[in-house]
Amino acid sequence: MHNKSVAELSRELESGQVSSVELTQEFLDRIKREDSKYNSFITVTEEQALADARVADEQRAAGNATPWTGVPFAHKDIFCTNGVRTTCGSKMLENFVPPYDATVTANFRQAGAVCLGKTNMDEFAMGSSNENSFFGAVTNPWGLSEGNKRVPGGSSGGSAAAVAARLVPAATATDTGGSIRQPAALCGVTGLKPTYGRVSRYGMIAFASSLDQGGTMARTAEDNALMLNVMAGFDPKDSTSLDREVPDYTATLNEPLKGLKIGLPKEYFSDQLSPAMEQQIRNAVKEYEKLGATVKEVSLPNAKLAIAAYYVIAPAEASANLSRFDGVRYGYRCEDPKDLMDLYTRSRAEGFGAEVKRRILVGTYALSAGYFDAYYLKAQKVRRLIQQDFINAFKEVDVLMSPTTPSPAFIQGEKTSDPVTMYLEDVFTIAINLAGVPAMSVPAGFVDGLPVGLQIIGDYFSEARLLNAAHQFQQVTDWHQREPQ
Amino acid sequence: MTISREDIEKVAVLARIRVDDEQVSALEKDLGNILDLVDQLGAADTDSVEPMAHPLNAVQRLRADEVTETNQREAFQAIAPATENGLYLVPRVIE
Repeated sequence: MHNKSVAELSRELESGQVSSVELTQEFLDRIKREDSKYNSFITVTEEQALADARVADEQRAAGNATPWTGVPFAHKDIFCTNGVRTTCGSKMLENFVPPYDATVTANFRQAGAVCLGKTNMDEFAMGSSNENSFFGAVTNPWGLSEGNKRVPGGSSGGSAAAVAARLVPAATATDTGGSIRQPAALCGVTGLKPTYGRVSRYGMIAFASSLDQGGTMARTAEDNALMLNVMAGFDPKDSTSLDREVPDYTATLNEPLKGLKIGLPKEYFSDQLSPAMEQQIRNAVKEYEKLGATVKEVSLPNAKLAIAAYYVIAPAEASANLSRFDGVRYGYRCEDPKDLMDLYTRSRAEGFGAEVKRRILVGTYALSAGYFDAYYLKAQKVRRLIQQDFINAFKEVDVLMSPTTPSPAFIQGEKTSDPVTMYLEDVFTIAINLAGVPAMSVPAGFVDGLPVGLQIIGDYFSEARLLNAAHQFQQVTDWHQREPQ
Repeated sequence: MTISREDIEKVAVLARIRVDDEQVSALEKDLGNILDLVDQLGAADTDSVEPMAHPLNAVQRLRADEVTETNQREAFQAIAPATENGLYLVPRVIE
């Protein structure tokens, strides 16, 4: 059962071949047995999951089912879950039990899905290797047999590792600069970052509010479509949510790709990319040509500025967002504060990890008097130049394709000595968040036994087309079905 | 671009994060590297470019001025580090 997709499990539940209680128990047993190798879960909610599974079985029996009724999955530990600890990977929220559900959480609850627990992540979603979690690093299920522990990517590394290791068939995730696509690529699973504003951010603990977007992770594109069907939509509780019609994302998966115009951004096939990685991506593009797509080179001339703009905008917004953690209303408080300033400064010094503190300090600096114009305003202007590159490219082509990452999963500890080395990991993903367009990572081959991700980027609100393109690719390839040994 | 010890100490106060003396040197190096990376922005010609705040230029929606939230003080204060009689407790600020 653990190798089946959400779509397959849903059909088996519907036909009565298996009950949700049986399925839930099987996945819970797998987590118990296997997750000590990966550390992909921070919290497992066994009792609640089994109770929810019993309700789901009753709903199925009563003929009240959605495709998700009784299907097990997990939430990234950034989505608030009423009554269930939500840590965001931080000591600051080690014991935080939210008194409300995120909209995404409520949507899955409403659909009858069975949440098995909360997945590990880089603290406050800041990181590209999942080594920044207060609850310990996550290990990539790939490459373990060689004895080297590799990173799963981040920040949604727990979700990616759990899906790759078949501990859950699907998991929610979030993406601010690559945090869905990069771990999906490194773990050999399929992930989608939707258009900014497509999925509600309400109750999704904020990192950089103009970039954060909730999204999907599963093994198949079809399962990503099933997830997005539940997650997408306007939410009055999120002031940046966009009021656009939500299509049935599964309805167009089987559209033929004949005539699809693919652009290859030349800046993303630069010398940062190893020849072996490039070969896998070129092979994937050839598959698309066989499916009837046409390919041309395009240019994103300002893409090279994306990391610089991001490392002003994201820390600046983080410094404002994370000011709410003050040791007063919820979260960590230091022992014996001697005055209010001591309460604030020590609670924050002790509650936040090193990378979070670095970004808060950089952001505070960039927003401080005398520097605002030179940093924040300049970065927001460059952001528009980057967006314009994408707008121009989508006048010529339907989708863009590139590698998701410059190299496959690296060994734990390899990039932790200098923050900037780690930041460069997101060189192909960050511009997409700045522009706000949707993008996926789809398994597209292996280099040295490690998965390679193909990034497919679309115009605003083109999630259905991206899922269609990914699904068609998965009909003629089996990279997404490969299982780590 | 370098960032001085004084800058770091000042920013730490603004950010309400205690930074011990022995941490300042490491921060000088790390923040200096990050600011070097960010300085690439200077190369971009942005003279006639408007700053971008939202990818789809959305503006804040207004809602009717009606009460939509219920009072959940007990639920919210149940997760606070210290409360008394419905109030949040902090160290004394007025002598």
